[in-house]
Amino acid sequence: MTAAQQPIIRAVGLRKAFGNLEVLKGIDLEVAQGEVLCILGPSGSGKSTLLRCINHLEVPYGGYVWVDGQIIGYDLQGGVLHELPVKRLRAQQSQLGMVFQHFNLFAHRTVLGNVIEGPMVVRGLSRPAATARAMDLLEMVGLADKAGSWPAQLSGGQKQRVAIARALAMEPQVMLFDEPTSALDPELVGEVLEVMRRLADTGTTMIIVTHEIGFARDVADRVVVMIDGEIRETGPARKVLANPADPRVRSFLGRVLAQPAEAKD
Amino acid sequence: MTRANPPLSADTLPGPDLPVRGRRHPWRWIAGSLVLLLLALLVRAFAEGNIRWAIVGEFLTAPVIIKGFVWTLLITFAALALGVVLGFAFGMMRLSANPVLRFASWLYVWIFRGTPVLLQLLIWFNIALIFPTLYIPGVVDVKMVTVMTPFVAAVLGLGVNEGSYLTEVVRGGILSVDRGQVEAANTLGMTPGQTMRRIVLPQTMRLILPVLGNSAVGMLKFSSLAATIAMTEMLNAAQRIYFINGAVIELLFVCALWYLAGTTVLSIGQYYLEKHFGRSHGGRA
Ligand SMILES: Nc1ncnc2c1ncn2[C@@H]1O[C@H](COP(=O)(O)OP(=O)(O)OP(=O)(O)O)[C@@H](O)[C@H]1O
Ligand SMILES: [Mg+2]
Repeated sequence: MTAAQQPIIRAVGLRKAFGNLEVLKGIDLEVAQGEVLCILGPSGSGKSTLLRCINHLEVPYGGYVWVDGQIIGYDLQGGVLHELPVKRLRAQQSQLGMVFQHFNLFAHRTVLGNVIEGPMVVRGLSRPAATARAMDLLEMVGLADKAGSWPAQLSGGQKQRVAIARALAMEPQVMLFDEPTSALDPELVGEVLEVMRRLADTGTTMIIVTHEIGFARDVADRVVVMIDGEIRETGPARKVLANPADPRVRSFLGRVLAQPAEAKD
Repeated sequence: MTRANPPLSADTLPGPDLPVRGRRHPWRWIAGSLVLLLLALLVRAFAEGNIRWAIVGEFLTAPVIIKGFVWTLLITFAALALGVVLGFAFGMMRLSANPVLRFASWLYVWIFRGTPVLLQLLIWFNIALIFPTLYIPGVVDVKMVTVMTPFVAAVLGLGVNEGSYLTEVVRGGILSVDRGQVEAANTLGMTPGQTMRRIVLPQTMRLILPVLGNSAVGMLKFSSLAATIAMTEMLNAAQRIYFINGAVIELLFVCALWYLAGTTVLSIGQYYLEKHFGRSHGGRA
């Protein structure tokens, strides 16, 4: 897969701390239009925090994120970042579709209700218009027949596919995935990865935090490896996975790749 | 372990189609009969006691009583509605990022949950002693006594008090809604108001409805306190009658029957409401 060269996201010197714990130590990252980027790294290295800072669920104390002409959460005026009103921040966030490890489906809405919620409330679509589009998306993730089900009636894999459809319904410019398969039983991982693979094939820009090395190798245009709040390695998937330069990355990948049953497809 | 029968040999086991005889429950029969007997005695005691059931029957549908009961219902629903509105408002304030709002909410709960509701009723009813006129520039300028009728005082007293309880309930309900869903709503672009209205509060409803049901039942009964501030709700109406005709117990029984009818209907309504709000969780809240 060849990605267009035009950048769509650029994180500039992102810094985040929780109390005294420095979780992101100045992250610089660029993602091109249509690129699929996988973020790997040991537990606690700050992968989720990076993703959450990108869409401003967490507010970094230093640096900023630029998405397609705008700085997330701020208005740059005279060298000063002015915090945006919540409404405008939300409008920006809706352009960064997020898929969470634990699905976070709206428990009181049906599958269809989950998918049409954003388009109706935020984009002001009529119910019929939102429904028509939502059914296409549910078709795409293979769950059109579950439109009337409640989240509590779905398997984990089905929930995650609904969550993907829900995020796509906002027609975001970028899709962010935070370990979308980590909470799933092993036999349900494949169906979710399959949907993501198809998304990648249609040219969706994706940033994916994952432990699925096999998936990263097959689908990612580029991987970055984070360790201790820093990006220690970045490059094409095969190159980084096969021959990492940084010794700590090598030891991390050695540990992960040593696990036998890791998604080898 | 004691074993009544010798071990069964695997070679001589019978076929699968064996009839089954259920376990006996002698104690259930004995306890059941005993309680039935006590109930029968109780019924007989009341039937033969000094109650003129004919009078109970006669006043059960007396216009004054019915009218009193209608007032009782009005107080109940108005106070409950006020309580719910206040409960949601102060419950959300309690979780606000604004410390002033949080403090106001805390103060409200502290005052109204910390004093007896009967006392609050009396203070509302006599509030004209503090504020002789109700004056809001450009809106109203009237004598307080004309505004603070027994009905208004009853609704305010019971409703504001109820609101202080529901504030805590709503706060707990909001906190119990999974943070992840709020974050999901944020990333879809929903504003805090939209998230609260469309995602958080509906799920809070499922959790606070059982409490609200109890509140409604409680309110129906507490509305009888309004009798003390000369509100002619049902109990007050009954008292006025028995002061004249002396049929004290009979009229109190009439009230009891109406209250029971009311609480029964409320419980049925609660069942269906809970079913509605619990439908995403397998039909039951
Ligand atoms: N809200 C928070 N408050 C305090 N500490 C936090 C918070 N969120 C994350 N952390 C800490 O920040 C560090 C990085 O967390 P993060 O969730 O980003 O790691 P991760 O790389 O996603 O790990 P994992 O693979 O386990 O998901 C961890 O030490 C974590 O304990
Ligand atoms: Mg994580």
